[in-house]
Order: sequence, then structure tokens, then C-alpha cells
Amino acid sequence: MSSNYNQERRGRPPEPGGGPGNAGGHTGPAHSGPVSAEVLAPGHTFATVTDKISSIVLTRRTPLHWLVGLGFALLLVMVLLTAITYLLAVGVGIWGVKIPVGWGLAIVNFVWWIGIGHAGTLISAILLLLRQQWRTSINRFAEAMTLFAVACAGMFPLLHMGRPWLGYWLLPYPNSMQVWPQFRSPLVWDVFAVSTYGTVSLIFWYVGLMPDVATLRDKAENKIAKVIYGIMAFGWRGSARHWHRYETAYLLLAGLATPLVVSVHTVVSFDFTIGLPAGWHTTIFPPYFVAGAIYSGFAMVLTLAIPIRAFYGLEDFITHKHLENAAKILLATGLIVTYGYAMEAFMAWYSGDKFEWYMTSWRATGGYRLQYWLLILCNVVSVQFLWFKRLRRNVPFLFLISFIINLGMWMERYVIVVTSLSRDFVPSAWRPYSATIWDYATFIGTIGFFFVCFFLFLRLLPMIAIFEMRELVAKAEGGKR
Amino acid sequence: MEKDPLLYGVLAEFDGEHELLEAGRRAYQHGYRQMDAYSPMPIPGMSAVIGFPKTRVPLVVLIGGLAGCFGGFLMQYWISVIEYPLNIGGRPLNSWPAFIPVTFEMTILCAALAAALGMLALNGLPRPHHPLFNAPNFAGVTRNKFFLCIEATDPKFERDQVRRFLVSLNPREVTDVEQ
Repeated sequence: MSSNYNQERRGRPPEPGGGPGNAGGHTGPAHSGPVSAEVLAPGHTFATVTDKISSIVLTRRTPLHWLVGLGFALLLVMVLLTAITYLLAVGVGIWGVKIPVGWGLAIVNFVWWIGIGHAGTLISAILLLLRQQWRTSINRFAEAMTLFAVACAGMFPLLHMGRPWLGYWLLPYPNSMQVWPQFRSPLVWDVFAVSTYGTVSLIFWYVGLMPDVATLRDKAENKIAKVIYGIMAFGWRGSARHWHRYETAYLLLAGLATPLVVSVHTVVSFDFTIGLPAGWHTTIFPPYFVAGAIYSGFAMVLTLAIPIRAFYGLEDFITHKHLENAAKILLATGLIVTYGYAMEAFMAWYSGDKFEWYMTSWRATGGYRLQYWLLILCNVVSVQFLWFKRLRRNVPFLFLISFIINLGMWMERYVIVVTSLSRDFVPSAWRPYSATIWDYATFIGTIGFFFVCFFLFLRLLPMIAIFEMRELVAKAEGGKR
Repeated sequence: MEKDPLLYGVLAEFDGEHELLEAGRRAYQHGYRQMDAYSPMPIPGMSAVIGFPKTRVPLVVLIGGLAGCFGGFLMQYWISVIEYPLNIGGRPLNSWPAFIPVTFEMTILCAALAAALGMLALNGLPRPHHPLFNAPNFAGVTRNKFFLCIEATDPKFERDQVRRFLVSLNPREVTDVEQ
């Protein structure tokens, strides 16, 4: 059933200069302001919002662009499977890691993927607590993005072990060898942090989906779909008592997820800070990593949101306001990241520590200077264009810059991991590092895995939170259906 | 008149959330207590209006969080001090500052699980079948329809009286719901 828009213009005219910050978190004091038309195009009703989003899932005709996209992603997954199989059969030696650079692309990719996931939780949890209405149309697929990014990230710590099939040894379980994890190590903290993050993201996402899956259950015509969605919906029927508990739980989950997001990337940064190499052993890493994570995560949100709204015709729901707000967050976090780089360099000079200073100057002039300056270009220079409103509202430009930023953030993790290990304290231990084809194949493969998961999500589940969009409709139109 | 054991309640459909809110308020004032409102999205104040102001979910989450916190710390303490002590950088065995990250993560994990599972358990979900799904137009509750149902278990329930009361609230439709 195709979407049927109500063409009659209802609701208030657009608010001049209206924007985020209008009231209406889920629980708590009710709506104290109308919904700006910049966040939801006027003229929508509960029915049109529901039908538009659910029809994407329940259509019998799978769009061609989806099949093409999934096809490419599946090709990359085949690359991933080949790379993993070869790795498990032959060993970590197929990668470029050697002494002294014992951590290579695997850890770079791990940090990159986890960082990307953080934006989804920020949008869902933090923007909910801050009562930002513009989170509503983007939070569902951003949470899905987080979930799949964490899944991709989690592969790397397992694969980079010499014997990944023994990965369960990281967990505290009673065993016949009578050994247990060593809890003063950030690598063990990482196990708990990333596992918790994956679990809580899954819980948050699924709880948010339940009422919308109930919508699909009630609208589906295909018997199998009806049964599957019915099982997934747990019998949701929209009872006011249930909604009350639901909203309370959701708000509490948001409150829990917020410190979790900050703590997870902080613990990831501790993987480096607890080590001694110059360029690693610095207290600026926790906030710098978290800001960098949000930076790359929002870039990925834009990379996903822009094609989604174009291919699925969702410009009414994901408006220019959403894209512009994401661009503003990119600018803000980009500036924090820039500050991080500047402070690192300044402290290296100001401290008088010859190892720190050598590391800083070698990064800019040595064997990895290409990666270093590319990183500065992508992360620091390119984001300055977002000071200009015309460019923040230019959709193709935002799409391009989202790729540039993600590339830059990957470069940043590469520079951090590789340069500090390649030349640390004793010159006789200096060796260069270069990644092999298998390193890159695994990375590209995880990109494919991410997109396979994401495309399946787009086809099988509502990509926008339907019931939250209904709340926006209710606030916009004063309760008319 | 004897109560029909096969009747779950009487269901009234309303136009929008304001009408439903008003109907719930009047039903509560009229003395009905065993009732519920159904809507496609949460309506602020609805549950309070029909007599359900407080939920125990926050308490469940707190208990879950505390269990995770103490459990996580005690696990690390037992492993690091009693069961498998190691000298790591000369730190004391009970190196509690180093135990904080894992304790924190366990707190969040257990609190989040408690929030989700507690909410589901208190709501009585999963419950795939419910008498209301028998009502013909109820499927619209997940799209754009609003309902108020006064249940037969209410002490003041009497089918014709309830029907007349609901009709007086100007609903779109009033139907009986079979068990």
C-alpha cells in the first residue's frame, strides 16, 4: 500500500527561527511548545506518518536500489569470510604486525568502528535527555548503526589474538586451569565495556522497536510476517499503563546509556594511555577519544541519512534541519578534536620531554607524514567549511564531507597506533610498519558486513521510530489525527 | 443482573488523545477503576488520569544497578585478592581504583537489563493473546485509533450502565469485548 499524504494543509504555519529545544521529553511536564515545521513537514497525520514508514517494510516489491546495495555489500562479506578463514588457518603472520608494531590495522579498525557507534547512542540517549525534538526521525537507524558498528568492532579484538578460538578466556568463568582475568588491565576493562555497550545498545534498540513492531504486526498482510512481528512485539497493545512503565524504563535506559557512551570510549583510550610510548601516555586521550568518536559517528550518520532520505522519499521526516544540526555537531566536535591535536603538540614541546617532542616532530616529517597531514587536512581543515550556513544546508557537500571526516578519523587512529609503536624509546628497536592486503581485506570486509546488516534492517524493520513521530504530529497539530 | 462471564469489558473508540484524556478523567470521576486507555503513542498524563500514577520500574532499575555494582566489585575482589592473586606493578591486591571501570560497567549492564526485563515483567509481557485483540477495530490502536476499555472485573461494572456511560462521552463507537 503506497503512502497517501493528506494534501490539506493543517497545523500551524512554520515557526520563525524555530528549532530544537522545544519541550516534550517523553515523561515529565507536557508539551510547552509546538513542534517546529523544520523538524517535521506540515500536513502529516498519525495515519500518514505510520503508513509512510511501515509501507517501506511491508511492501511486496523490494526496491532495485536495495538489491543492488545489498549485492555489493554481500560481495564484501565474501571478502571478509575469505580473509577470516585464511587468518584462522595460517595465523596472524598474514597481517603486517611484527615487533615493534605489535598492534596494527586490527586495533585501528576496532577503535574506528566503536567510535562510529557512539553517535547512535548519543542521538538516542543524550538528545532524549536534552529534549531535542530533532532526534526523533534519525534515532532508530542511528541506533541500528551503533549496534552493527559494535558488532564489526568486536570482531577485531577476537581476530587479532593469536588463537581467537580461545577468546572466551577473557571472561571470568570457573575453569579447570584455575586462572582468572587480571582486572587491573584496560584490555580486560575493554572486554566488559564493549560487551556492556553492545548489550545495552541492543536492549535500548529493541525496547524502542517494540511498539513499532506491533504496528507492523497489525498492518502486515503476509501471514508469516504477521506471526514473526507478533512474536517480536511481545503482545504490545498500547495500554496507557504499559506506556507509562515503558516511558519510565526508556528514560532510565537513556540515563544509563549516556555515561556508558562516555565510559566505553574512555576505556578504549585507556588501552593506549596505560602504555608508556610517547604519544600514548597522555591524559588528554579520554576526552579527545570521546569527542573523536562522536565526530566520526555523526559523519557516518550523515553518510547513512542522506541516501536514506533520498531513496525512500523521507525528506518530510529527515529535513534540512536534521542535516544542519548534525553538521553543527560535526563542527563542534571537530573543533574539540583540533584542540586535542594542538594540546598534544603544545605539551610535547612545553614538557621538554625529548621523547614526546621527537614523536610529535617525526609524525609531521617522518615516514608517516603523508598519513599525518592527510589527517590534519580531513579532520581539521575540511570541517571549517561547516562554519558557513550555505554549506551546512548543501546536501551533496555534507555527504562528501562525511566521507572525508571518516577517512580522517581512520587516519588519526592509524597515526596514533603505528607511529608511537614504530619509533619508541630505543632507536635499535625502530622498524617501519606496513599493512598487508589481508589487513585491508578484513577491514573492507567488515564494511560489507556492516552494510549487509544495515540493509537487512532497512528492509525488515521500521527505520524511523513511528510512535515517536506520532508524538511529534500530536504536538504539531494540537491533537488532530 | 448477573455478570456475563464471557465478557471482558466494554470498549469505546475516540477521535484523538484529548478526547481520550477527557473520557478517562470522567470515567475515573464516575468511579470506575478497572479500566485502561489504549493509544498509538504515549499520552502525557493519561495513566495518572485513570488512576495509575506511580510505577515501580525505577525501584527495579535501582536494585539491578546496585546488584551489578556490588556483584561486580565483589567478583573482582574475590578473584584478585583470594582466588588468583597476582603482583601487578606492586599494586596492593585490593587495588580498588583499578576495579572501578569494570564495577561501573557491571552497574550499567545490570541496571539496563533490570530496566528492560522489569518493564516487560511488570507489564505482563510477552502476552501474545489478549481479549482485546478480538475486538474488530482494535488493530488500529497501533496506527491512529484511541480506545478506552472498562473491564468487567470493575466492582461497579454493569454492562448496560457502562455502555450508556461510554456513549455519553461521545465516542466514535462502543463495542463489547468477548473473552
